[in-house]
Amino acid sequence: MIPTFIGVSIVAFSFIRLLPGDPIMLLAGERGMSEERYQQLQALYGFDQPLFVQYFNYMTDLLQGDFGTSIVTKRPVLQEFLTLFPATIELSLCAIIVAIAVGVPLGVIAAVRRGSWLDQTVMGAALVGYSMPIFWWGLLLIIFFSGILGWTPVSGRISLLYFFPPVTGFMLIDSLLSGQAGAFKSALSHLILPTIVLATIPLAVIARQTRSAMLEVLGEDYVRTARSKGLPPRRVIGLHALRNALIPVVTTIGLQVGVLLAGAILTETIFSWPGIGKWMVDSVFKRDYAVVQGGLLLIAAIIMIVNLIVDVLYGLINPRIRH
Amino acid sequence: MKNKLTFAAALLAATVLSGAAGAKTLVYCSEGSPEGFDPALYTAGTTFDASSKPVYNRLVQFEPGTTNTVPGLAESWEISDDGLEVTFKLREGVKFHTTDFFTPSRDFNADDVLFSFNRQLQEDHPYHAYVEGASWEYFNGMSMPDLVKSIEKVDDYTVKFVLNRPEAPFIANLAMDFASIFSKEYADQLSEAGNLSDLNQKPVGTGPFQFVAYQPDAVIRYKAHPDYWNGKQPIDDLVFAITTEASVRQQKLIAGECHITPYPNPADIESLKANEALKVDEQEGLNVGYLAYNTKVAPFDNAQVRKALNMAINKEAILDAVFQGAGQAAKNPIPPTMWSYNDAVEDDAYDPEASKKMLEEAGVSDLSMKVWAMPVQRPYNPNARRMAELIQEDFSKVGVNVEIVSYEWGEYLERSKAEDRDGAVLLGWTGDNGDPDNFLAVLLGCDAVGGSNRAQWCNEEFDGLIQKAKTLSSQEERAELYEEAQLVFKREAPWATIAHSVVHMPMRKEVTGYKMDPLGGHAFEGVDIAE
Repeated sequence: MIPTFIGVSIVAFSFIRLLPGDPIMLLAGERGMSEERYQQLQALYGFDQPLFVQYFNYMTDLLQGDFGTSIVTKRPVLQEFLTLFPATIELSLCAIIVAIAVGVPLGVIAAVRRGSWLDQTVMGAALVGYSMPIFWWGLLLIIFFSGILGWTPVSGRISLLYFFPPVTGFMLIDSLLSGQAGAFKSALSHLILPTIVLATIPLAVIARQTRSAMLEVLGEDYVRTARSKGLPPRRVIGLHALRNALIPVVTTIGLQVGVLLAGAILTETIFSWPGIGKWMVDSVFKRDYAVVQGGLLLIAAIIMIVNLIVDVLYGLINPRIRH
Repeated sequence: MKNKLTFAAALLAATVLSGAAGAKTLVYCSEGSPEGFDPALYTAGTTFDASSKPVYNRLVQFEPGTTNTVPGLAESWEISDDGLEVTFKLREGVKFHTTDFFTPSRDFNADDVLFSFNRQLQEDHPYHAYVEGASWEYFNGMSMPDLVKSIEKVDDYTVKFVLNRPEAPFIANLAMDFASIFSKEYADQLSEAGNLSDLNQKPVGTGPFQFVAYQPDAVIRYKAHPDYWNGKQPIDDLVFAITTEASVRQQKLIAGECHITPYPNPADIESLKANEALKVDEQEGLNVGYLAYNTKVAPFDNAQVRKALNMAINKEAILDAVFQGAGQAAKNPIPPTMWSYNDAVEDDAYDPEASKKMLEEAGVSDLSMKVWAMPVQRPYNPNARRMAELIQEDFSKVGVNVEIVSYEWGEYLERSKAEDRDGAVLLGWTGDNGDPDNFLAVLLGCDAVGGSNRAQWCNEEFDGLIQKAKTLSSQEERAELYEEAQLVFKREAPWATIAHSVVHMPMRKEVTGYKMDPLGGHAFEGVDIAE
C-alpha cells in the first residue's frame, strides 16, 4: 500500500500543477495585481520554490499529519475534509445498499427467468439506467417528485426547521440523537432522491453482473445435482447458486466505490449535498493546490481500504481463497 | 394518499417559511458557500453576502439600493482643506453581538476602528497573519497601504485618518466590505485563548444580524441583533440555504423552500415572472462589458480604425443572443446608474457601410485580427465565445478577418495585460464602491497600462481629467470632469463598449422591503415577510 500511496501523492501533486492556470492570478481576478505583490504572494504560499522542494516540503508536512491549508478559504484541508466527508459517506452507503438490495434480486430473477419478458424488461431497464446522464436524471426527479407532486424536498440534508449541532456528521444518526420529533423522518425524506440518483448506475451494473454470474452458475454440475436430489428451487438458487455467483458480484461492488465517488460529484451538486465531491471540483477550478492534493490522497486512501475489505470479504464467501 | 402527501409537504414548507412558534424566518437560497467570515480576507461577493452584509457595519455605508455613501458607525466626518486628514466622529451606544462564545463588556469605540484597519495595515500586528495565507487583497487592491499614513485615536469617539495624498474616493472605499469594523475586545479574548482563527469562523460584529451557526456548504443561520443601533429587524431569523444549481434554486423557490434567491437562469426569468406566487425585481448592474483594442499596436493605434470597427458591431444582436434581453447597450465606460454618467455622449451608430468607408480612408485593407474570448461567465458577459462569434461575423461584413482565441482564465487575465498583445480582448468590470474613479482610473488610466488597462491606452487629456477629479472633494466638480473624460473616451474609442447587464432577483410575493444593491451584494436589513 505504501508504494501505491507515494505514487498517488506524486500524481496528485503534479496533476494539478500540470493544468494551466495560476491560483494567485485567479484570486486577483479582473483586478489583477502588481508584479511586486505577485512575487510577495508567491513567496507567501511557497510557490517560488523549485517543484521538488515544494513536493518534499509537502510530504514532510504530510507525514506529520498536516495536509496543508486551502489557499481560497484559508482553512486546514483535513478539517474541511472531515467536516464534509460524513455527508458523502452517508449518501454513498445508502446508494450502495439500495443498489445491492435491488440489483442482486433483480439479477437473480432475470437469470432464473432467462428470456422471459421479465428478464428483457429488467435488462432493458438496466441498460437505460447504466447510460443515464446523472445531471439530467436528478433534475428530472426533482421537477417531477418535488416540483409537480410535492412528495419530496427539493434539496439539502434536513428541513431548516431542525437545528442541532453535528455529533457524528451522519444526519440520520444525528437526527435521532437530537431527540427532536420528526427530525429523522425529515432527514430520511431528504435522502430519497439523491440516493435514487446515485444508486442508478451501480444498481444497473450489479443487476447485469448478478444475472450473468447466476446464468453461469446455474449451468454447473453441482446445481444440477442439487436439483436432481429434489431440493426445493428456492434453496438451490438461494444457497447453492447465489453464494457462488456472488463472488464476481462482490468484486463489482468493490469497484463501484470509485463510480460512487465520481457520481457523488454530480449528485451532490444537484441536491446541494454538502459532501466532498463538489468541494473537490470547486478546488480544481480555483487551482487550490492543497485541497486537490489532500483530497485526492484521502480519497485514494479510502479506496485502498475499501479494496482491502473486499479482499477479506472474498475469503468469507469463497472458502478456496481463505488460505 | 397522493393528496395527503402533497398536503403534508406543503404544510412542511409553509411551517419552514413561517418559522416555528411565530418567529419570522427569512430563507435565502444563496448560490455558494462563503470562504470564511472575515470579509477583509476575501474578494468574493458570496463571502461578503454572508459576512460583512449581515454581521458587520462600516464607518460609512452605502445607502441601501444606491451607491450613495451615508453615515454608518461614524455619525459624521470632516476632510481637512488639504485633503490629507479625514476625521470621523463615531456613533455612541453601539452594541456588539452577545453570543454563546462572546459577551461584550463595552460599547463600540475608537479602539475597534484602529484594530480593524491596523491588522490589515501593519505587518507586525498580531492579527496581520492570523490565518495562513492572509493577504488582505482588497485593502491592497484599493492601494490603502500607500494611501494611509496613519490612523490616530483622538478620543474614544473620534478617529483621524492621515493620508499621504488627497484622494476623493477614500470615503467610498471605507464603505467597502473590507472596511468592516470588528470588536477588538473579542479579538483580544481569542488571542488569550490562542484561538485567533475563530475571528474568521465565528464572527462578532455590530450588524443587523448575529451569527448563530454554519454547517459548511449547507446552511448558515443568523438571528436578529436585539440591540441593533439602527433598530431591531422585522424578521427574527435569517437562514442561508446554500444551493449552487440555478435550476434547483428555482425549484426551491417555487416549492416554498426559500423566500428569495439570486442569479436565476436567464432563460427561466419569463416563467418565474408568470408564477403567481412570485415576483421578480430587476436592476441595471453596476458593470460594463467591453472589447479592448490594443492601442499600442498598428493599425489599432489609429482612433479612426477603432471607431470604424466599433461602428461595425451590431450590439442589438449581441443583446438578444448573449444577454437574452437581460442587458442594455453600453455607450460609456461607466454604467448609467453611476453619478457623472454622461448621457449626452452619442454612441457610434451601427453602420457597416460607413465603417467600411472609414477603414478605406484610414488605409486599412485585408485586415486580420484576433478577438480574445473569456473562458468564464460573468454578469457583464454571460457567453464570451458567442459574443466573439457575433463580432467575427460583424467584422467580416466590413472585410476584417477575425480569429477567435481563448485561454484558461488565469492565463487569460495574465496574457491580456501584455503591452505587445496581439488582438482585442473581451473583458469587463463590476464596480466596487460606486465611484467613477473605480472604473475610469482602474481600467483606462495611464498608471494601469500593462495591468488592468487592457487597451494599453494612455491619453494625456483623459488622464489629466481623472487625476484632477481624484483630488477634489466636491462631487459636482468631479462629475463635470468625469463627464468631459467620457467625451474624450468616445472620441478616441480605446474600447468598443458592448453592454451593461440587468440583474434579476426572484422572490416570493410575501417578501417586502428588499432593495437590490447596484454593487451586486445581497443584504436583508429592513426586509420583512407579510403575514
